[in-house]
Amino acid sequence: METLEQIKNRAELAARGAKIDLVVNPGPSGQSSLLIDHAHAVAVATFLRDHPALSFDLCSNVTGVDWLDRVVKKTTKVKQVVDSVEKEVDQVSEERIPGYLEAVYHLYSIKLKHGPLIIRMRTANRTDGARFPSLTPVWRSAELQEREIFDLYGIHFDGHPDLRRILMWDEFKDYPMRKDYVQPDDFEWEPTPHDQVLQRTKEHYTPRPTLDGAEQITSHSDVATPNK
Amino acid sequence: MSEAIDEKLRSELQRQGIWVTSVQELYNWGRKNSIWPLQFGLACCAIEMIATAASRYDIARFGGEVFRPSPRQADLMIVAGTVTKKMAPQIVRLYNQMPDPKYVISMGACAISGGPFKQGYNVLKGIDRYIPVDVYIPGCPPRPEALLHAFMELQRKIDSQKLSGENKAEFLKPGQPSEFPVPAFGEHDLNPPANKDVYHPPKLERV
Repeated sequence: METLEQIKNRAELAARGAKIDLVVNPGPSGQSSLLIDHAHAVAVATFLRDHPALSFDLCSNVTGVDWLDRVVKKTTKVKQVVDSVEKEVDQVSEERIPGYLEAVYHLYSIKLKHGPLIIRMRTANRTDGARFPSLTPVWRSAELQEREIFDLYGIHFDGHPDLRRILMWDEFKDYPMRKDYVQPDDFEWEPTPHDQVLQRTKEHYTPRPTLDGAEQITSHSDVATPNK
Repeated sequence: MSEAIDEKLRSELQRQGIWVTSVQELYNWGRKNSIWPLQFGLACCAIEMIATAASRYDIARFGGEVFRPSPRQADLMIVAGTVTKKMAPQIVRLYNQMPDPKYVISMGACAISGGPFKQGYNVLKGIDRYIPVDVYIPGCPPRPEALLHAFMELQRKIDSQKLSGENKAEFLKPGQPSEFPVPAFGEHDLNPPANKDVYHPPKLERV
């Protein structure tokens, strides 16, 4: 398979005006991916599928991600004059990255036996109605998985042939995989609560019946040991 | 009634070639040895249920081999597996369509309480929120022996049910409901999240 830079340059040439960013994965897997803008997503996807040197004919996996707002700390070395001596001082700058919703597609080529190529689409923020162009017209296998993203993350896919909820029922209003999802409070009883579950079940505890004070009369020091 | 007969007299009569029984005993003996379960499974527990019905464990030895594909012919509902909230109304509907007397075995951790999915958003935290359960089998999944044990417990329960008198079986009491309301799909959860007439969770007394 060609490198991501090569694929990116090819796709940008083929789909005019397409803006593709390289998302570098610094982790051990090193699976970097391509971030595709919404307006040219279908054109880029069609190019990736149809170009003979790429021919990504299988979309194996589509999933959604909800990224929260995060703060990235960066340390840069700045030359400063300290006590009339020029020194290099670490300066910490904080960059606030707003959260966004994301759809990730994993592409393989059965014909050329290469892959995966990972492409992404991102929204500007988490609050406004999230809309992506559907890639189901390009890869039919994306149909149910885009429905699943719609169901669990509330991302609308324009051009999807049958965008309905798939796992939850149609009357359901929430998007349970979003980070701000609030579960219905139906924890009546919990045998071994701990951590977050403990906090939630505490609201359902009935307080102990008030004691009559008898339990305070005997403490450990008062109890006579049988040997005395 | 069986308790009306002196046991010593009965065994003495039996030794003389006279077999004495009661309608209740005969009726319960027939019922408990021919329990037809409803043929449906929900998750991995269903695989163990299938194994129980197959030759190695053979639930036919206890008279439970006739798995019926229709609730109208079934006596026993084995809730074998995870009940998702989307599936729960259908389970209640199946239960409602079964004729009395009907029994429920809640098989496995999921059917009892939601099991490993208890903290999730989509799994019902126990089928006993909507329908009465006779026997619970813990396990994830329970072994076929456990299902057989539950089956024998159920047979014991059927055998001990009275046909008349104060303590007669629930299904013989005219006021006792044999159908329970089917929960509706709500905007955030099932509506209602539990049937208060059926579901009585233990109260937590902690400070």
